[in-house]
Amino acid sequence: MAINFNKALGVHEQALYLRERRNEVLAGNIANAETPGYKARDIDFRAALGQAEGQLGMNLAVAKTRAGHMDLGPVNASANGVEAVDLKYRNPQQPSLDGNTVESHVEQAEFADNALRYQSTLQFLGSRFSSLKSIIQGGR
Amino acid sequence: MANSLDLAAAAMNAQMLRLNTVASNLANADSISGSEEDAYRAKQPVFSAVMDQQRATTSVAVTGVVESEAPIQKRYEPGNPMADADGYVYESNVNTVEEMANMISASRAYQNNAEVFSTTKALLLRTLQLGQN
Repeated sequence: MAINFNKALGVHEQALYLRERRNEVLAGNIANAETPGYKARDIDFRAALGQAEGQLGMNLAVAKTRAGHMDLGPVNASANGVEAVDLKYRNPQQPSLDGNTVESHVEQAEFADNALRYQSTLQFLGSRFSSLKSIIQGGR
Repeated sequence: MANSLDLAAAAMNAQMLRLNTVASNLANADSISGSEEDAYRAKQPVFSAVMDQQRATTSVAVTGVVESEAPIQKRYEPGNPMADADGYVYESNVNTVEEMANMISASRAYQNNAEVFSTTKALLLRTLQLGQN
């Protein structure tokens, strides 16, 4: 019985990759906070993760065991995979006169949020690894 | 993620250059000269976004330094050794209030990017330790 790493690590591997990509996009926004005409961008994380899962043949849909159970909502499946992440433009509260739409406080908050979520995904992955290790060692 | 470090470093570089031009402008705010052409003109860096097609991230670069077009004031000071034949000296067109605002803005932006750098570095270090315990 082989261990399937894709299944063992679950969605966390894809999530970590997407968090990393989002970190780069947000860092780009903060870097261009004072570049005239620059438009702030971001990743729609939910859609991107849905895309990644669709490619892997996994999905977050819950099992429906009774007729009254509701759907979790559509999860977009496409063959693009994690590599082709859609970047969206941010709607600024107050665009500046030079056409720049970066709002430093918003980007800082998103960046901090993303860093935290990256860490929690990392934690999940870490504990998956330790459970795998414990399984291999037969619980010793 | 290493790309984020590059982005933050490029931005810190750009902001540092901006701080340098501000320092140069403030230092020369009271410079005078004997002709209008020689008068000190405030310098301003021009930032532009640099798109990385492959990673779809956008870095920042300084594409040049432009000089202020603001008019040069002349002052009648016949006793000044720098004065021209008519007794006028020419002042720099540095606006100190503008420069101070610029300085604060540059240092805040620098701080933001330094924060991005250190956070990213911490995340990278934790990623390296993945699965080690």
